[in-house]
Amino acid sequence: MSRRPYVREMSKTTWYMRNGRYRVYVLRELSSFLVAFYVFLIIYALSVLAAGSAVQWNSFLASQQGVGMIVFHGLALLYFLFYQTFPWFKLAPKAMPIQVGENKVADSKIIGAHYLVWIVVTAVIFWLAGVI
Amino acid sequence: MGTRQLELEVMRYDPEKDEAPHFQTYSVPCNEDWVILDAINYVKDNIDTTLAYRWSCHMMVCGSCGMMVNGEPVLTCKTFVRDLPDKVRIEPLENFPIERDLVVVLDDVMQKLHQVQPYIVRKDEPPEDVEYKQTRGQLMKFKQLTMCINCMCCYAACPQYGLNKDFIGPAALALAHRYNLDNRDQGKSDRLDILADHDGVWECSFVGACSEVCPKHVDPAAAIQQMKVDGAVEFWKQRLGIPGDKS
Repeated sequence: MSRRPYVREMSKTTWYMRNGRYRVYVLRELSSFLVAFYVFLIIYALSVLAAGSAVQWNSFLASQQGVGMIVFHGLALLYFLFYQTFPWFKLAPKAMPIQVGENKVADSKIIGAHYLVWIVVTAVIFWLAGVI
Repeated sequence: MGTRQLELEVMRYDPEKDEAPHFQTYSVPCNEDWVILDAINYVKDNIDTTLAYRWSCHMMVCGSCGMMVNGEPVLTCKTFVRDLPDKVRIEPLENFPIERDLVVVLDDVMQKLHQVQPYIVRKDEPPEDVEYKQTRGQLMKFKQLTMCINCMCCYAACPQYGLNKDFIGPAALALAHRYNLDNRDQGKSDRLDILADHDGVWECSFVGACSEVCPKHVDPAAAIQQMKVDGAVEFWKQRLGIPGDKS
């Protein structure tokens, strides 16, 4: 009797279609393109601001206030919340478990602390921006 | 107790006859309290004695009966017929070569488990006539990781291992972390070369599938992320000339 193991290769191009879990993962990873987009947007905004021209700055602000851009920013925010912020907060206790004495701190407390910090930081940014 | 007719589509592969695996369907009268392993045993005992598969304890301890059931890597002794539709597809664990029918070749992960030195490494002389002391708090740091039964469902779920067979993978990395966290162990620096290597923890992109399918709730994905944090801390400690926490 001879051994002849059969190897099933995973497709390098369509592997993420195998199940829902992989698809969610890929959507999470794809959100990095949005991160890159916002990095470039902020760098561009800063460069316009640094140039010191009120006309250019106002035209940049106007370009962000069109209906298309507002819809885009809204969709980007939703995408971010559901495929970046919520999943990563949920995973935080896995990467950073805290043990006090003999017992582990409950996941819900670690996740809750993340949300709390997030809300505080957001409020500070809104306050600095003069929104609240 | 009622019976239910279950249609089992089982992947078959005979290395002496078949060029590639194919499916064979068996109709099995199942009791509602049966697990899939019972249904497969029924096939073996009553319909087709040539079917090859692994099992031993039937109670989630031995880790032998891991298979893909409707595309999900599971212990078949833990997967109840009542939770499944009338048609069930059973395949050998993904990401492993098929030896025959539902039996896979596990040589690669066995070698990887060996590679991470999954035992207590001591640099100094063992204490004479006394045991190594460990408090409950020290045990709780890694107890969850000792629950692994090497069923390899995590490897079947891991796309990184599927795409790159050099990746050490979830169970072996979790086991390495289990010993790194053990206060009696002094082998962390020995394991670091393998764990921090290209095919170690950094090959993991935190899909998290390993932890979701783990029948013993070991959570290898968490162990790997903790090792990444550890690795980064050790890296900076070395850079800054601060001695490590364990030699």
